[in-house]
Amino acid sequence: MTVIVNSPNGSENEAKRSLVTIVLRPFAFVGRTVIEWINKMGAVTIFLSMALLRIPGRKQLFKTVQQVYYIGARSITIIMLVSLFTGMVLGLQSYHALSKFGASGAVGSLVSLSLIMELGPVLTAIMITARAGSAITAEIGIQRISEQIDALSTMRINPIRYLISPRISAAIISFPLLTAVFDLIGILGGYVSAVVLLGLNGGVYMHSINTYVDMSDVTNGFVKSIVFAVIVATVCCYQGYFAHMRKDSHGAQAVGLATTSAVVTSCVLILVSDYVVTSMLV
Amino acid sequence: MDTPLIEFKNVTKRFGRKTVLENVNLRIYEGQITTIIGLSGSGKSVMLKHIIGLIQPDEGAIFFRGKPIARMKKSELAESFSRISYMFQGNALFDSLTVYDNIALPLQETTNLKKAEIDRRVMARVEQTELSEAIHKYPSELSGGMQKRAALARALITDPQIVLFDEPTTGQDPVRKNAILSMIAQYQRKFNFTAILVSHEIPDVYFISNRILALYDRQIVFQGTPEELENFDHPFMDEVINSLEALQKELTGLYSKRQFAMLNHVQLKRRTFGESYCIVVFSLKELHTMITKVGHDAAQEALRNMGLYIDKHFGAIGGISTRFGTNEIITMLPYSNLDEAENIMGNFVMDFHEQIMPAIQTGACKFASEGESVEVTILAGIAEGKPTATVDSVMNLAKSQQKEIGRLTCAAGGANK
Repeated sequence: MTVIVNSPNGSENEAKRSLVTIVLRPFAFVGRTVIEWINKMGAVTIFLSMALLRIPGRKQLFKTVQQVYYIGARSITIIMLVSLFTGMVLGLQSYHALSKFGASGAVGSLVSLSLIMELGPVLTAIMITARAGSAITAEIGIQRISEQIDALSTMRINPIRYLISPRISAAIISFPLLTAVFDLIGILGGYVSAVVLLGLNGGVYMHSINTYVDMSDVTNGFVKSIVFAVIVATVCCYQGYFAHMRKDSHGAQAVGLATTSAVVTSCVLILVSDYVVTSMLV
Repeated sequence: MDTPLIEFKNVTKRFGRKTVLENVNLRIYEGQITTIIGLSGSGKSVMLKHIIGLIQPDEGAIFFRGKPIARMKKSELAESFSRISYMFQGNALFDSLTVYDNIALPLQETTNLKKAEIDRRVMARVEQTELSEAIHKYPSELSGGMQKRAALARALITDPQIVLFDEPTTGQDPVRKNAILSMIAQYQRKFNFTAILVSHEIPDVYFISNRILALYDRQIVFQGTPEELENFDHPFMDEVINSLEALQKELTGLYSKRQFAMLNHVQLKRRTFGESYCIVVFSLKELHTMITKVGHDAAQEALRNMGLYIDKHFGAIGGISTRFGTNEIITMLPYSNLDEAENIMGNFVMDFHEQIMPAIQTGACKFASEGESVEVTILAGIAEGKPTATVDSVMNLAKSQQKEIGRLTCAAGGANK
């Protein structure tokens, strides 16, 4: 038999216990956050797997083409504009820097390698995130809060097959193509600033590119752009699809915050994964 | 009784700490229109979403044709749910698709039908729901009533056996509200599906419902026919039915059937034993023909206006009027014998020809859809009853003595088209 008596020892124990709780609180918080992150990563992975499994199918083809037009074709203008000025500023900076060492002949290779290996895939992905990714999240989010996604389920149409898979496959097709456009226009921009405006010999510029750029550099750039495509499409679709599950807001506000989260998370993940993929490829 | 099509046994649903449904038991039978009534936010839509599997119960079980849904195989479950369609409260139409694409969507995505066959089926539904002019429009370009019709067409495109309607009349004016209810009743008869409605349009839903389920305080407190609900003694009647019926009286001028019966009872008790009263039964004879030829909206507008004028005329001399069934209006004259009632009726018929009929005609024609013109007959019959006689028997007597008091002609663009 146990007898519980209120004694000074009892209150000492309680004080000790509360002290331990206070000390452990930050660890508990970190643990909880880590578990939440792992849960979320798991959920996103399952979401992506389900979407990838549902890509094949005759009926998916038309929807994918539509999305390629929306994500890809309609982004060309902004991609061309950004790439032209990126190439021009690269040409300008590298010409002045390399001239100090008498190596202005290497401008072409510096501009092209920077664009093909890094700036092309990264800036293309960021620009598509801003233009199409945010729109994808907002569109799917609105469809979620206005019960259109529930309506699909009641009509026996798989919402992931109908809404998500075509967007992910379209992103996988569009990102490398837009990256190629970015690279080409960027190199042209470098040519304009270095050759046309600063007087570098055009033949030297092109020869430098021809000599130092390998096919593997181009392939690595495309590998990166495919990784970014999967990341951006998954994050944007996921944020919109589960906009109604947000704990911090509801309705239209949830869609707004989901869109912001999608853009910020995509941009951060593009830069993080860029480092990871580069370290694996180099 | 037969095995219910859908049965809830002790279903409980919680969202966080809030319990929305608690030990809910209900039965829904095949081939009927069952309406779930209750106040807003009482959990009616949640109950409907359980039926289609959008929400799972925390406790209890849901049975489909006697089989528990939770124990069904995936293929069995898919087969059961494939027979169900759902019409959402907010329509849930895809705003980036045209009306045609919205209606065709279930067929395009879930069947291997050829384009020509899909086109044929969609066009058939479009014509039935009077959406021919809106076929290439987007949902945002349609009126609320047209959006409802588009949602209804989409729900019916797969020829479902069960259709769930989540507040189908929300945000509609009284004419369109009754037009939608009338449309549901008409299609239910035509396509013979089981309809489950969620609504708080009391008493309008009584006219089309075979069974009523009353949700109150997280539980189903009543299951039965609309007539049985009239005799239901429960706080639900005071808190829900009375308040909604009072609102209905304010909006339309007509009493509900239940209020009518209560007022009858009170009025008749006041009279000394042996004194008589009269009942007049008005009918719009070819209402269904009118619906077919000029549309639900025009037919409901004609019926509503007729009710308003009858109430205005007879209300001034103490008469109490109510809508009864889909095409009848009943007026009780509590202090009149047959001679007096016939005199009052004579005056009414004169007014009816001079003022009321042209007004009803103009109102209805405004809502008429393009099509043939239609002529409908308005009948009226009077019967005298003693306080000891049941109101139903006097009403039947009045109905048997109905005579034509006028004819309405209605067509799109005006009566004389």
